[in-house]
Amino acid sequence: MQQTNVLEYLEGTVNRLPDKIAFANENMGLTFGEVYHDSRAIGSYLNKQGYYNEPVVVFMEKHPKMIAAFFGCVYGGDFYVPIDAEMPAFRIELIFDNLQPKVMICDETTQETAKTFIKEGQNIEVLLYDEVVKNEIDEDALAKIRDRQLDTDPIYIVFTSGSTGIPKGVVACHRSVIDYIENLSEVLEFNEDTIFGNQTPLYFDACLKELYPTLKFGATTYLVPKSLFMFPIKLVEFLNEHKINTVCWVVSALTMISAFKAFDKVVPKYLHAVAFGSEVFPIKQFHIWKETLPNAKFTNLYGPTECTGMCCYYKVNRDFALDEVMPVGRPFHNTEILLLNNDNQLAKEGEVGEICVRGTSLTLGYYHNFEKTNEAFVQNPLNDRYPELIYRTGDLGKWNERGELVFVSRKDYQIKHMGHRIELGEIEVNVNLLEGITSSCCIYDKEKEKIVLYFAGEIESKELVAILKEKLPRYMIPNKVEKLDKMPLTANGKLDRVYLAKLYEEKKKEK
Amino acid sequence: MDELLEILTDLHPDVDFETCDTLIDDKILDSFDIVSIIAEINDVFDVVIPAEEIIPENFNSAEALYDLIERLGDE
Repeated sequence: MQQTNVLEYLEGTVNRLPDKIAFANENMGLTFGEVYHDSRAIGSYLNKQGYYNEPVVVFMEKHPKMIAAFFGCVYGGDFYVPIDAEMPAFRIELIFDNLQPKVMICDETTQETAKTFIKEGQNIEVLLYDEVVKNEIDEDALAKIRDRQLDTDPIYIVFTSGSTGIPKGVVACHRSVIDYIENLSEVLEFNEDTIFGNQTPLYFDACLKELYPTLKFGATTYLVPKSLFMFPIKLVEFLNEHKINTVCWVVSALTMISAFKAFDKVVPKYLHAVAFGSEVFPIKQFHIWKETLPNAKFTNLYGPTECTGMCCYYKVNRDFALDEVMPVGRPFHNTEILLLNNDNQLAKEGEVGEICVRGTSLTLGYYHNFEKTNEAFVQNPLNDRYPELIYRTGDLGKWNERGELVFVSRKDYQIKHMGHRIELGEIEVNVNLLEGITSSCCIYDKEKEKIVLYFAGEIESKELVAILKEKLPRYMIPNKVEKLDKMPLTANGKLDRVYLAKLYEEKKKEK
Repeated sequence: MDELLEILTDLHPDVDFETCDTLIDDKILDSFDIVSIIAEINDVFDVVIPAEEIIPENFNSAEALYDLIERLGDE
């Protein structure tokens, strides 16, 4: 029978490899048998409490148990919403407002913090992972849930930056995740011997690349400690210690190793598959990787959260000049890319158009936000015969002479910074809300990878940064903050971004 | 030392770099900061920090970092 539930991956593997480590960190690991047990105990408990098709907040430290909790939510017929203990409080509040959750799963270290987000009069049940997994597994109830579930039912929500200042929750279902995992696995050639080193946070879709293929193939995923991404030699040593052979990392994590010349001291001995995405790989750094690992397979991936994960790939098969940009290649099987120009017609070779995605990979949309969903998930303008949705990414691209898709730029003020997708507008909205601020404007220095904030108001840069750290995630905090007497305006009275960008460039040159 | 403090304060205007000696332990600096700091040190002091010196001990305080720059500058 055709697969309709992501948990079938786990069930197919657990009988074969019950004692193999599935998910591990530097201190401990959970076997497939343990993941299977814990997640079904969680699912049984959620069912007993009457939660079905509900968002379950998973508010835990990044840990193998957090992953098992995800699958527990799915066993219960619910969908998981990962929240990271390091997210700023203000953002978590906005997410809770959007979700209106009834239940959350915590661990010892997060439960106190998690409880502070329960407002007066609100009833949210707080579960402790280590307690809830002691519950009896109700085989009968789990079978009934399975029978009732459709592959179009949601399994997770992840939140992404919103230009209005409010994060948007992208809801994904079994079917799009299965479609993604099947096609990604074929391209990257995962198998039972794959040992992943996970870099990306568990609260984004990026970690799907490791979590579900691990279940599907009976592979193993190590969660690499975040602090190692500051210390290149220790990082490579970690990869070697655990025989990690496959990484799907953001470009900045890879270039950190090569740019600091860590390969002169230590080389990843087992690494043979390197996938990267979310940003442009500087060719100079790419060459260092290629020379260090001449036999490894390198794959560039591209895709928005709204299309489940990645939707295009390019297997690096030729050399690039230093000023060339690596293409994002071609869509995965069962996905089509439509490049639409301003007239909503297909762009010709070399013509720039908006990258639009068609296929099963489209997620369900934004949670509790039909307005934003309807703006981005729209009727295919090339089809006037029956309903068919496409997702408009807001990314501009073109087809090169080889028929490969090349990313050109963004349509709006969304940027990619250290692998994170950020709306500059979200930063500005948060700054403008602060008392004593008259106006603000963010620009992005692509070359130096710096978010630069200009503002006018009565407070000092120092205070501003301190307050922002409570409101925005770490990666959205401007890297440079400058106070101006007044903000430059265009003839139409809008903020003059072009002038500010020039001002910034001039100052940079003076240095 | 003043130049180094300026580099650091530019990244985190709200941190007192003259006294803080837990920049790594308390997660005040992240990987982006480390990358920026190393690039700036290269620009300003003309000192290349080799990979084997990019370890927590050398980045926990402005003082430790300054010692490192001096040591590398002498070599």
